[in-house]
Amino acid sequence: MNLTLKIWRQKNANDKGKMMDYALSGVSPDMSFLEMLDVLNQELIEKGEEPVAFDHDCREGICGTCSLYINGRAHGPQTRITACQLHMRSFKDGDTIYIEPWRAKAFPVIKDLIVDRSAFDRIQQAGGFISVNTSGNTQDANAIPIEKEHADKAFDAATCIGCGACVASCKNSSAMLFVGAKVSQFALLPQGQVEATDRVLNMVKQMDAEGFGNCTNTGACEVECPKGISLENIARMNQEYLKASLKG
Amino acid sequence: MSILDSKIPEGPLADKWTKHKNDINLVNPANKRLIDVIIVGTGLAGGSSAATLAELGYNVKAFCFQDSPRRAHSIAAQGGINAAKNYQGDGDSTYRLFYDTVKGGDYRSREANVYRLAEVSTNIIDQCVAQGVPFAREYGGLLDNRSFGGVLVSRTFYAKGQTGQQLLLGAYAAMNRQIGRGKIKMYTRHEMLDVVIVDGKARGIIARNLVTGEIERHSAHAVVLGTGGYGNAFYLSTYAMGSNVTAAWKAHKRGAFFANPCYTQIHPTCIPVSGDHQSKLTLMSESLRNDGRIWVPKHMKDVEAIRNGSLKPTDLAEEDRDYYLERRYPAFGNLVPRDVASRAAKERCDAGYGVNQTGEAVYLDFASAIKRYGKEQAYVKGLDVDDKKVITDLGKKVVENKYGNLFQMYEKIVDQNPYETPMMIYPAVHYTMGGLWVDYNLMTTVPGLYAIGEANFSDHGANRLGASALMQGLADGYFVLPYTIGDYLADDIRTGPIPTDSKEFDEAEKQVRGTIDKLVNNNGTKSVDYFHKKLGKIMWNKCGMARNEKELKEAITEIAELRSEFYKDVFVPGGENEYNEELAKAGRVADFLELGELFAKDALERNESAGGHFREEYQTESGEALRVKDYQYVSAWEYKGQPSEAIHHKESLTYENIEVKERSYK
Repeated sequence: MNLTLKIWRQKNANDKGKMMDYALSGVSPDMSFLEMLDVLNQELIEKGEEPVAFDHDCREGICGTCSLYINGRAHGPQTRITACQLHMRSFKDGDTIYIEPWRAKAFPVIKDLIVDRSAFDRIQQAGGFISVNTSGNTQDANAIPIEKEHADKAFDAATCIGCGACVASCKNSSAMLFVGAKVSQFALLPQGQVEATDRVLNMVKQMDAEGFGNCTNTGACEVECPKGISLENIARMNQEYLKASLKG
Repeated sequence: MSILDSKIPEGPLADKWTKHKNDINLVNPANKRLIDVIIVGTGLAGGSSAATLAELGYNVKAFCFQDSPRRAHSIAAQGGINAAKNYQGDGDSTYRLFYDTVKGGDYRSREANVYRLAEVSTNIIDQCVAQGVPFAREYGGLLDNRSFGGVLVSRTFYAKGQTGQQLLLGAYAAMNRQIGRGKIKMYTRHEMLDVVIVDGKARGIIARNLVTGEIERHSAHAVVLGTGGYGNAFYLSTYAMGSNVTAAWKAHKRGAFFANPCYTQIHPTCIPVSGDHQSKLTLMSESLRNDGRIWVPKHMKDVEAIRNGSLKPTDLAEEDRDYYLERRYPAFGNLVPRDVASRAAKERCDAGYGVNQTGEAVYLDFASAIKRYGKEQAYVKGLDVDDKKVITDLGKKVVENKYGNLFQMYEKIVDQNPYETPMMIYPAVHYTMGGLWVDYNLMTTVPGLYAIGEANFSDHGANRLGASALMQGLADGYFVLPYTIGDYLADDIRTGPIPTDSKEFDEAEKQVRGTIDKLVNNNGTKSVDYFHKKLGKIMWNKCGMARNEKELKEAITEIAELRSEFYKDVFVPGGENEYNEELAKAGRVADFLELGELFAKDALERNESAGGHFREEYQTESGEALRVKDYQYVSAWEYKGQPSEAIHHKESLTYENIEVKERSYK
């Protein structure tokens, strides 16, 4: 297939940046979206031009590194996958494809399509853990039976890959799905109860400090989340937050 | 006498680790504050050790090339983690896990290390559950297990097909707690480009900030590498795009011996290559072999009909299928170890029975499992067990519950529904058992330089069993290194901070800058990927699943030639003081081009077949790997300027607690 690509180019954080046009031919429907960009980059390098910088690593939808806004949607036109799992068979010959970085105040652009998501790490550092030392002297794993339904729900929340599609899709650039997923994982498990109050208060405080917006229940985050993290997790976080605030 | 001292403690096997822990030196809590440790890599091994050392009170500086420690490629491990808990009451024990691992590694690993691994395996599960890792559970609320290749018990703990993700996020959370307390300083988007040796000891690293291009000096009292394996030397593999050998290779060049580089795991169940544009291969978890049956057609006419599309695999009668693993290995069937399953697939495809256009694919079929589970469910629910639609629907649901995310992943990539038609799979490079040589304390041949997880060589011998990589990474990081490193650091309590303005740091930085300048200003005509792909082809064709003397010799020459062409003709766009992925890649490929040659040299030296290393000259009549007693040793290579000049050292392996037998899964 032959494609027209309109790609955001920005030299560095201080550069203004702009959309640039590229024509690419000979694209196979079996290529992944990122492999299509690899082909473009090889062509650019051969011409002595700078390749398009984009974040990627595992290329199997689990590391959460890739972060492309494709034709106005986080990770592109398919649901429940990341950009690296998107294949060119989702497009047709002659298509024009717009490729942009995540856009959010809390995710400043580093170069071209790469953004800085360290705000997510700082939120996790504020409370996304259970304070247990790695001594190996904890109790036997089966000493804490956990209802399967809760364990499964905690797992579903824990499958968040931290890609930031929720923030990029939200008109308010809210990170509540991301934060809600971690708060929920621990709220659903007995191990998480001891620190529940501090956890939710500290994580929300950090989330606000990073400049993420509020949730207005639009639900775009849930639709675009490659792992299908449910809005329920935001509700559970709000509940936890309320409980903690009354207690605190 | 070998110059390699493995420092294995005296005494009976089962007491060695306990005794060692009692004998080694400790650093008191107040003194730990005076000691800095650098950890490179934040996967399961690096992340868990960073968290634990910080918790103990050391000042930790952790480095990763990714934008967050959570993205290390441990995250992609699917199937599970082994532990000798014996929750299923099926006869498991520490000894059995030890035995299976040594046998699985084809009697090429160290007894004492493996026993320790089996011993601490149970702590890992306790630890992870305490941290809130959501393992799969049964309805009674207790932990569930499944079975993996090469064993006869169910000892694998899992979290659907995302076990690596959940374990890594556990270690990441433990790290975050320490980052929040100021005990770990985290450096993301940083790549280690050299180790600095002062007075014979590892005292720091040179790192490049991948965003600004700045070259930085970082000092410490000890340096730990948890930087993973080197499978990307093959270009196409199941590794992440950024996975590389650079940190380990730079350590090798500074004096750390590289052990058994030719031991590579080729995983049997990966999605086949689809074309020249391919950038990586995707694994389909070994757990699928619990229920999937592997086959190719028995008759060539059916192979041809399937390839030209006139026959659907689902229409081929049972008696016309060759379930070759069940045929050749009745005792273990589809759950033979990975090396055995991969070679068997290659054997069928080489004989012409491959089922896709390239002739390099076999089927992994769930139809029997769907039927079996469906019947079970129909019976339980009191429905008609002969109604095909009822059992298919019920069976699919069970299979979806177990492997849903893997099936979805397959469908997204291949555009075929694996519930309706069998998956097509083929072996791909997945893991490297070789790595930096370490002693029982996980220290390399450079004092103060440690290697943990996949980056070292120690526990898996010539073949790793499924679900053992996660176990080893976390064992090293949570439970082994934190003890053993104290023994070394106990001598450093009065040393004080290591200065970074010494001549050793000057020299190392100068060398790093020199290499970068050279690459950026090379003005060649070919991209980095051009060379990487070429190297990958040589590795796969001549150092892959089957090797022979002639081709290994060719590989050595070809890789050396390719390396000199690389330095003459590589083109790296952009500058050095900015974000420049091509520059980072160029440095990594340069190191792969050296490692690749040593890899081939090691494979050539080993005149036997063992585990993942299969030499065509050394096989039994039925085509199984033929071990040679004379090669019952670890090969450890010392750097001497060029891979061709590397000096070969041997650590002989003794087995006092296991009888070395022919490894049979029949």
